[in-house]
Amino acid sequence: MSETTTKLLPKDEAAEKGLVNVQIDGNWIQVPKGTRMIEACKIAEKEVPHYCYHPKLTSPGNCRMCLVQMGMPPRPAPGADPVYGDNGYQEIGWMPRPVIACANTVGENMGIRTTGDLVEKTREGVMEFLLINHPLDCPICDQAGECSLQEFSVEHGRGQSRFVEDKVKKPKNVDIGPRINLDDERCIMCSRCIRFMDEVADDAVLGFSERGTHTTVTCHPDRRLDSNYGMNTIDLCPVGALTSKDFRFQMRVWFLKETNSIDVNCGTGCNTTVWTRGSQIYRVTPRRNNDVNSDWMPDSHRLAFHETQGDNRLTDPMIKVDGKHEITDWNTALQASADALREFQPSEIAIIASARQTNEELFLTKGLAGALETAHIATVERIGEADGKLISSDRNPNSNGAKIILGETVNTLNTIKDGLNNGSIKALVVLNEDIFEAAGFAHDDLAGAELVISSHIIANKTAQASDIFLPGASFAEKRGSMINTTGRLQRLNQALQPSGNAKEDWELIRDLILAITGEANDMYMIEDVLKIITSSISEFNGVTFSKIGDQGIKIIETGVTIPLLTKERERANAGIIVG
Amino acid sequence: MEALIPFIIIIAKVVGITFVLTLPIIAYSVYAERRFAAVIQDRVGPNRTGIPLTIFGFKKDISFFGLLQPLADGLKFILKEDFVPSHVNKFFFWLAPALTMVPALVTLSVVPFGSKLFGEPLVIADVSVGPLLIFAIASLSVYGITLAGWASNNKYSFFGGVRSCAQMVSYEIALGLSVIPVLMHFGDLNLTNIVQHQADNGWLILPLWNESGHLFSSVFWNSPQTHEHLFLWIPMIISFFIFTISIFAETNRMPFDLPECETELVGGYHTEYSSMKFALFFLGEYAAMIVGSALIVTLFLGGWSIGFGADAWVVGTFGDWAGLIHLGVFLVKLVGFILFFILIRWTVPRFRYDQLMKLGWVVFFEAALINILFAAVIIAKTRGNLSNTEFFVALGGVIIFSAVMFYIAKSLERMLASDNKSEIKS
Amino acid sequence: MAKVTKLTRPTLSKSDEVYLIGIFKGTLVTLKHAVKSMFGKSRGADSLNSSGLGVTMQYPEEKWDDELPEYYRGAPALVTDEMDRERCVSCQLCEFICPPKAIKIIPGEIPEDNEWAKVEKRPKEFEIDMIRCIYCGLCEEVCPEQAIYLRKDYAITGTSREEMVHNKERLYEIGGKRVGLVNKWNELK
Repeated sequence: MSETTTKLLPKDEAAEKGLVNVQIDGNWIQVPKGTRMIEACKIAEKEVPHYCYHPKLTSPGNCRMCLVQMGMPPRPAPGADPVYGDNGYQEIGWMPRPVIACANTVGENMGIRTTGDLVEKTREGVMEFLLINHPLDCPICDQAGECSLQEFSVEHGRGQSRFVEDKVKKPKNVDIGPRINLDDERCIMCSRCIRFMDEVADDAVLGFSERGTHTTVTCHPDRRLDSNYGMNTIDLCPVGALTSKDFRFQMRVWFLKETNSIDVNCGTGCNTTVWTRGSQIYRVTPRRNNDVNSDWMPDSHRLAFHETQGDNRLTDPMIKVDGKHEITDWNTALQASADALREFQPSEIAIIASARQTNEELFLTKGLAGALETAHIATVERIGEADGKLISSDRNPNSNGAKIILGETVNTLNTIKDGLNNGSIKALVVLNEDIFEAAGFAHDDLAGAELVISSHIIANKTAQASDIFLPGASFAEKRGSMINTTGRLQRLNQALQPSGNAKEDWELIRDLILAITGEANDMYMIEDVLKIITSSISEFNGVTFSKIGDQGIKIIETGVTIPLLTKERERANAGIIVG
Repeated sequence: MEALIPFIIIIAKVVGITFVLTLPIIAYSVYAERRFAAVIQDRVGPNRTGIPLTIFGFKKDISFFGLLQPLADGLKFILKEDFVPSHVNKFFFWLAPALTMVPALVTLSVVPFGSKLFGEPLVIADVSVGPLLIFAIASLSVYGITLAGWASNNKYSFFGGVRSCAQMVSYEIALGLSVIPVLMHFGDLNLTNIVQHQADNGWLILPLWNESGHLFSSVFWNSPQTHEHLFLWIPMIISFFIFTISIFAETNRMPFDLPECETELVGGYHTEYSSMKFALFFLGEYAAMIVGSALIVTLFLGGWSIGFGADAWVVGTFGDWAGLIHLGVFLVKLVGFILFFILIRWTVPRFRYDQLMKLGWVVFFEAALINILFAAVIIAKTRGNLSNTEFFVALGGVIIFSAVMFYIAKSLERMLASDNKSEIKS
Repeated sequence: MAKVTKLTRPTLSKSDEVYLIGIFKGTLVTLKHAVKSMFGKSRGADSLNSSGLGVTMQYPEEKWDDELPEYYRGAPALVTDEMDRERCVSCQLCEFICPPKAIKIIPGEIPEDNEWAKVEKRPKEFEIDMIRCIYCGLCEEVCPEQAIYLRKDYAITGTSREEMVHNKERLYEIGGKRVGLVNKWNELK
């Protein structure tokens, strides 16, 4: 008796799934109940311009840029039933005044207009107010090119100012923190930075002072904005009010090439964007990954890229002759390494690998150990203090990868140290590691070593002590994969060519194996290495670089959680933020 | 020692005529072309190259109106990088420039540059097949161009080579046929004799003059020689036009420079050439132009003769030195013709390739054929070998032949036109 | 509705069809032109300051510099304002727009003790490679600070590549001072 069953109305269909029907610019879509209007518009792929709203922060609704027109079905007269049209929806009664999309949630049968006369005129008006006191600083402003105010004033602004009075003067170029400059004239009072410092960084040093048109963002008089997460406010700032001292006047953003990468300074592996031009990194910014770092990253890691392009960068293979390092070419250096290593018994050779290497490099290191027939292979542990937010206590980015590929190797380090001291180990191959700094080696420990071959990117003590030095590539100069503390496999992408004559580390180790064994292999690209890894290590089963993608994939369960994400999820579940 | 003298004389002639006379003329015809072209186009042209005295610390250079420009050009060609692309056929690539330059210079050997100097005729080889030798050798230069285009392994060069090949073959026919009436008139193939004949009996086409007198004397009009000369003037002038235009085509000069036209083929057959190899093509073209001019002057315009009976007077007055004066006269005519070549280059736009082929095959070929018969009838009649009836029958035959030729030409043209149309339609 | 005039090829008379007469006439025209040109009587020879042959001026000895129009596009150069402030704030828009990538700027900060410290930014290095420059004037057009102008210098020569790169000092030397422009940094700042 199908004819007699009444057809379900759209609202009932949606309600079964916990959704509501919303009409956005004439099209009906279904979104979860309680969604913010601005997020519903995002789902419908309609852009709503906004400044103060940020999904990871509370929504005070103070910029008024996201005003849209809203409508609901008229409330039926007492006793009357709601009237449904042919399509099953009630007619929408549009409100004469706009509402902010960021702080209102959707309801059943709601209508939203993101275009139209009312909305466009409203935006134009809001833009005009925002621009009243905004200085014409674009030529000297570091935000130019990625400034929402620039973008929206082109899209929604009037194009000309009607303001003939004098603009309000406010402090410019204020030093509010060791890494951050504040320009109050450019500020549009969105309060994103204030909310971030309060809610995420737990260090509420920022706030508004003064009233009305004289409102300014200020730092607490006794404090400076010196939180290790402070630079996230620079990324948050929709205009150029907060700018980075490190990146100040370095390069206009439109010249920079963006490469998705990950942070290699701790086990969390924050997702980052590396901004480069030519052969130089200009800045590193966090990239959203809700399973790793949300939208943030610590300042200390953000600025760590500088050490890869300092004066102490080594870019040529070197051989020590009479106590002095002399620059040579790759063939000579690799052949000299192979010849020197052949002089020793396999049991006299030890390899110190690193949990800073990518999985591919670690796998090839294991192959190198196989080629040298040595069982002495160790990694160096780095333990720091976790900060309860994003920085993990494990300061090696790929400890899990090292564990999976090489097995538990930390204790081997002491065996090697003892072996060096009692003379049973005479040759040492150090890859991507400074044994003096991290492993606590002293010069006396190396006294027994007849041969030290090392590979690194900068001139450190190990490079100084090594007989043959092979220059590797920095994190931005190579591709590869790493596993973070939570067991997520993530991808490093190549933003730059290796500087000078340096080689990508995996190629370096491959060529070293080739020089030792003399057997050609099929590893021409890093994909070839990953292919071999996937077939030989079960955790990597079915992994390819494209499957890893920009967000990574979880391949093992470690039980480790990231405190900042836990807190963020609590707030999202409580409805304080969108998340 | 006695036996050596002829060799020394021959070597002196070869060196004198080729290296002292012709090569500088080639070099300076390039300069003349540049200056004349500049003047035609409201420009100045090369006017600075001279003795660079400022290098030696003097205040001013001596410029000589840029007359040292050919020297500088030559130096530049020698010093420039001789680049050979990797994709060419090396052997033929090297051979081609020589194959263009050498034939042009070889043909100079039979051109009489003047009368006798101390009893020695001013011609390297006084052979009795002068024009034939020139045609035979000059047509070899097409090998140079075709090989250059082919060996360059470049489609534009190859187009240039192929175009040149077809063009040369087409115009060689008109060239050969058009000269036949002239040779019939002279009855001789020795160029020295031909010039001598013109010096004695008046030049072939201009001006009308012979040993009996000139235009304003009654004797002139009554002489039977004059009759032949006058009647023959029409076929001779036709021959002259066909021959001159064919020489333009043979030397790849504007308006027939399709093998190297820049707008279509980059540089044509010499696109891949540089340095001295390019210069050989360049000079070869000018050498061919000079040989062509010399041939026209020799056959039609009296060669080295001054005309109006002055030759005998010159020989009488200057004796053994008369040859030098005649040489001068020849060079004046030659230079005049070279200037004419240049003038035409900057006046007439380039032909389309189908127009060029049509002109060669449909117009000149037929016209030259008719011209031969026409001239033959006139020569036979004026020399008294034909009775009146025979003459009219022969004339009728020539007219019928002409009509048939016209018909063939017209129908060919129509066929070509309809071909083009159907191509456009499809 | 626009008026359409259909053009047809002119029909040739019999004398035109015989191409030789046309060529002869053309030759005479060319020759006449050549003779005129040779005596310096070409059209426009006077107004173009001809040296006597054709319309050409003998360049290094005779120059046209006084007649160059205001909008002439010669070498690009940086200018200073009335107060000798360098107008360029190194926004790098010219570097961005430059079609042959001739401009290279390294931005720098104006030190605190400078009288123009409020402008904050100026070029540390500003180089224009004059071998690359195509004198298009886009840098002048794009400049938001009216700091770069194409001057009338056109004879930019050098004996090495390095010499052809104009550095900041050279650019200010060519550009000099330019008055009467908008001075937005002076107002109230």
